[in-house]
Amino acid sequence: MQTSSDEVLISRIANGDRLAMQVLFARHHVRVYRFVLRLVRNEATAEDLISEVFLDVWRQAAKFEGRSAVSTWMLSIARFKALSALRRKPEHELDEDMAEAIEDHSDDPEVTLAKKDKGALLREALSALSAEHREVIDLVYYHEKSVEEVARIVEIPEATVKTRMFYARKKLSELLKERGIDRGWP
Amino acid sequence: MTSERNASEADSIEALLPWHAAGTLTRRDAERVEAALKRDPELARRFEMVRDELGATIQLNETLGAPSARAMTDLFAKIDAEPKRAARGIGLGGRISEFFGGFTPRAMAYASAAAVLAIVLQAGVIGVMVSKSSGGGGYETASAPTTAPDVGAFTIIRFAPQATMDDITKFMEMNKFSVVAGPTAGGLYKVRVRQAALAPDDLNALVKTLQSDKVVGFAAPSR
Repeated sequence: MQTSSDEVLISRIANGDRLAMQVLFARHHVRVYRFVLRLVRNEATAEDLISEVFLDVWRQAAKFEGRSAVSTWMLSIARFKALSALRRKPEHELDEDMAEAIEDHSDDPEVTLAKKDKGALLREALSALSAEHREVIDLVYYHEKSVEEVARIVEIPEATVKTRMFYARKKLSELLKERGIDRGWP
Repeated sequence: MTSERNASEADSIEALLPWHAAGTLTRRDAERVEAALKRDPELARRFEMVRDELGATIQLNETLGAPSARAMTDLFAKIDAEPKRAARGIGLGGRISEFFGGFTPRAMAYASAAAVLAIVLQAGVIGVMVSKSSGGGGYETASAPTTAPDVGAFTIIRFAPQATMDDITKFMEMNKFSVVAGPTAGGLYKVRVRQAALAPDDLNALVKTLQSDKVVGFAAPSR
């Protein structure tokens, strides 16, 4: 079974090939959705946004120059859409979303540690990171983006990508320490 | 001074650990990190920490679920409402990407495109050299390379699915073949196998030889 590369699909989409659009959507929509969802923290908004992202891909396909991977290009569009949506959202809705995202830390660290395994605490700490730190962690670990690709998506210099990743991981250590896990780093 | 340099080198290696765990470093950087991990147990311990983070991040994202069918329905409703666009031809870059896109992973499609482009350029350069060496008097031998699409002997080829980019590049270079059209929907390419036309029997014999090559999945004579 042969599969078309993303670049081939984009060139077909530029010619108005609806089927190529379906293939590209099927291949990438879950990852794009998860990336957006982690930024906007609202499933309905994330669903609306991925339709907009792929509609932009449909409209802009002819302008795609192949300077980056197609998935990198799509994540850049997704990020732009997500940030625009967050800017449009009324402040009280943001507060509600944030409140849902923040877990109850009424237990002291020993109790928390006894209740949950290390993996669960790590996931909890990852969820408690700021949007900026969550974003870089997700792009590197989940979306498998290189330093250069992250720089392109987030629109920051490559050196800043490395620094941001360092501080995101440092913050993660602090959040784990609050939950009773001392990683001995940094 | 040396210890400062060593510390700075260690910091720069440590900064690469997340990308090393995700497998997105260049081979050179990955080798640097691997070497450092072997000689530094503390770095190796920190790398295990990074691997835990990687695993937890993947798990966390995988629990996020997937969008409902509404996202796709909405998208295609919007696409259908868009004005019809005039079909553009697929450019040379697209054609070249299609050429290898069917056989190899995405990353290789770039390399393949470069390889085919190199062959095309090489043929062009040789053509220029031959015409220059002939004194530019307007006469060219029948065997001189040509860019005219209908001159030469042609076959239709579909490459074997397991053929790698290297295999195909070597095959094309060794035989001095060039792609003049394709791919069709079935992954077929029209390939110029000789600069001058061949007698039908000679072309059939050549096709038979090509069919026995492991790089070729299917071959037939073409006009």
